Amino acid sequence: MESQNNNQNLTIQLTALVVDDNKVNRKIHQKMLDNVRVKNLGVKNGKEAVDIHCDGRRFDLILMDLDMPIMNGIEATKELRSMGISSMIVGVSSRCTEAEIQKFMEAGLNDYHEKPLNIAKLSSILHMINPNY
Amino acid sequence: MHSNSFHCSLSLSLYSSTMDRAHSRRHVASMKQSLFDQGYLDEQFIQLEELQDEANPNFVEEIVTLYYRDSSRLISNLENTLERKPLDFNKLDTIMHQFKGSSSSIGAKKVKAECTLFREYCSAGNAEGCRRSFQQMKKEYAALRKKLETYFHLARQAGPLETAFRPK
Repeated sequence: MESQNNNQNLTIQLTALVVDDNKVNRKIHQKMLDNVRVKNLGVKNGKEAVDIHCDGRRFDLILMDLDMPIMNGIEATKELRSMGISSMIVGVSSRCTEAEIQKFMEAGLNDYHEKPLNIAKLSSILHMINPNY
Repeated sequence: MHSNSFHCSLSLSLYSSTMDRAHSRRHVASMKQSLFDQGYLDEQFIQLEELQDEANPNFVEEIVTLYYRDSSRLISNLENTLERKPLDFNKLDTIMHQFKGSSSSIGAKKVKAECTLFREYCSAGNAEGCRRSFQQMKKEYAALRKKLETYFHLARQAGPLETAFRPK
């Protein structure tokens, strides 16, 4: 059984979607995910995040920025949840008032972290998705 | 005798080249330390360096280049918006929020501090404060750019051994 579990661990491939209008942040977060072998895609606003799910794509993790043009993080999170998307959605923003974070959480986030993410925060997020990761 | 002297020369040449590289690396490390000591950079820069690997040995330089390319657009927007009368403080704050986010992501400590001050002036509706702070921010932004260009140039010359280290 233990060797079966070990084999499963070796084949675990988590997937992630980075939703951020800022190219610098998107590139940094995607590189962090690359380094921990999480297959990932980046999109530049909430609408693109919703559209990619409408196309049938699914992700274990969605890193969702708050302030984005066209569709912001709150609207996108609400839309994804209403579509039945059960992925872990983690809000990542540089907004830090309690009220703004609360509003973002109420949209359907599983967790929230202040930008920028670092490896330690990302590891704790991935661990929440899969303790064996 | 000839062969001995050839080997000697080769060894000396290798030694000299190794010492030059070691000296270059010390110079790069010293320059990086001073960027932290003078408050230009913060811990986030180290986080970026820790992402560098063999697949992306120049990742930090790529990110910084992207930052300067992307943020020039935001600075232009700020300049245009600061010329309008009366000032649209909400719009200024929104643009500066984006710019601050990018600056924070590359560890641009002084630039980020000026962004924070600018936003405080926006909240207070202080037009003169905004203009003053914006000018100071541009100075810090330009100064950091120059220092980082020098740093990356030296780092490339020194070779790929440089890895992230925490400043003292």
